[in-house]
Amino acid sequence: MADFQPQLTKRFGIKNSHTLNVYLETGGYSSLKNLFAKKPAEVIEEVKASGLKGRGGAGFPAGMKWSFVPQNTGKPIYLVVNADEGEPGTFTDRFMMLYDPHLLIEGIICASYAINCHTAYVYVRGEFLEQINRLNAAIEEAKKANYLGKNIQGSGFDLEIYVHRGAGAYICGEETGLIESLEGKKGQPRIKPPFPAVVGAFGCPTIVNNVKTLSSVPWIIEHGAAAYTAIGTKESAGTHVFGLSGHVHQTGYWEMPFGLPMMEFIENYGKGVKGGKLKAVIPGGSSCPILTAQECQDLTLTYESMRDHKTMFGTGCAIIMNEHTDMAMVLKNLTHFYADESCGQCTPCREGTAWEDRLLKKIVTREATAKDLDLMLEIANNMEGKTICVFSSALAMPVRSFIQKFREDFEKYLVKNTVVVPEKITAN
Amino acid sequence: MAVQFKKETIAEFESIAARYPVRRAALLPALWLAQKEFGWISTDAMVCVADLVGCSPAQVLEVAQFYTMYQKKKPGKYHLQVCQTIACLLNGSEEIKKTIERILNLKPGETTPDGKFSYQLVECLASCHTAPCMQVNDDYHENLTPESTEKLINDLRKK
Repeated sequence: MADFQPQLTKRFGIKNSHTLNVYLETGGYSSLKNLFAKKPAEVIEEVKASGLKGRGGAGFPAGMKWSFVPQNTGKPIYLVVNADEGEPGTFTDRFMMLYDPHLLIEGIICASYAINCHTAYVYVRGEFLEQINRLNAAIEEAKKANYLGKNIQGSGFDLEIYVHRGAGAYICGEETGLIESLEGKKGQPRIKPPFPAVVGAFGCPTIVNNVKTLSSVPWIIEHGAAAYTAIGTKESAGTHVFGLSGHVHQTGYWEMPFGLPMMEFIENYGKGVKGGKLKAVIPGGSSCPILTAQECQDLTLTYESMRDHKTMFGTGCAIIMNEHTDMAMVLKNLTHFYADESCGQCTPCREGTAWEDRLLKKIVTREATAKDLDLMLEIANNMEGKTICVFSSALAMPVRSFIQKFREDFEKYLVKNTVVVPEKITAN
Repeated sequence: MAVQFKKETIAEFESIAARYPVRRAALLPALWLAQKEFGWISTDAMVCVADLVGCSPAQVLEVAQFYTMYQKKKPGKYHLQVCQTIACLLNGSEEIKKTIERILNLKPGETTPDGKFSYQLVECLASCHTAPCMQVNDDYHENLTPESTEKLINDLRKK
């Protein structure tokens, strides 16, 4: 890792890193020469070959997604940037937009050129007003310097970028919910197919990409796919901005290649677990199944290792919990979050999230019996795979993993010495 | 109509609406403009927005109600939004909540009688590494302690 050069955060810490001048002085917009020398299809192939995966949580290959856009519909094609960062435990896109908005703009130019898009929207969560102002200022600067607008740098390619402010709904981070919200509606996800690449915003082909996915693209265009795949691991190419929160001495975010062992991440970057021994880790945002300290011993920060441990890479921002953490209280916090944020469209999700929340409340107020714990698992099973989007599964997975792995934390709240009523009462 | 947009606001709205192929897409921006101008989204403001965007008041209502950042009740001069989600919970947000509730004698959703402070619990503010966190109007206040929270409120009181 000695020869590792930061790609995403190299300007963090430089004074006025958000301005065009500093951006240009530090090699900004230098991918455009390579970009416009290629045909759009070649750009897609390059990004496909780089193995760049969507950084928003799902990890879908970015180049592959772009290749799904039909080019013969006669309709405009849109790129929508998902900057609705709201997954509990996740906080890095916030700084990408604050410290290096031009890198995102350059990434948007690359992607838009590849998919033949001339209007891009950046959907930023409503709370990020500072980021919205930075982005708008950067867009103005880029326009004046002809990095946006008509005939960008003499290439013949036109592009406008607009910032769209969200208003406080977690579900708008789901790509079709985000599109609905962009269209001025409630952010309720759409049934797929058709996928947004075919029918997305305003009925037109649309690509939705996360901030860090797009910010990773200029480096790939400038240095080539082969250089990108040389970083990280075979299945997890490149670098990522990893985050740590919860019970560590040093919380924060660090860019590094994929592949670092989780325990080294906690020890060397997080300076160890605060307040006791390690108990559990939620590896990539609250929707990812939780891991025990034992499971983390051979875990690495890669998509494949997370998958092998039956969890998900998610957003790469881990929440660390020490041995004194009460898992029932933590799960109670999560069920409340999901019950609060469910868009209410599908019954298994709307009712399921609220029911799980009520049951946990019953548990932590010491009114529940062992049956309620089993009921929670049963509800979780009935919530998964039965709804329009994966929100419902995003709670079902934590519920199942928390109860299976830390059952004793829940059992200590259960009412003991309960009179057991026999299920069948026979006459004899 | 009880409330009316200023001429400049209407002009700003029109320039925003031109960014989208469909006028309805400018509904969220219109609600932001209304909140900025009127302070909150009253029923009258919703009617005003519907008129501007060209959709029905019911459509504005359903959107305004879906998104938590649109204030459907007049907030205080300082709107305290405390993150209650996991990373903040692990780092002491319960103490921050208690501090606010004690000093201002407020429950979540309430406003002080003088209209100076309102208090709301919100979900993850994407500030997990600087937990616990609270947003006061548009500004983030991070790494809070009960002491820093008390100081912040006392400073705001004097303003």
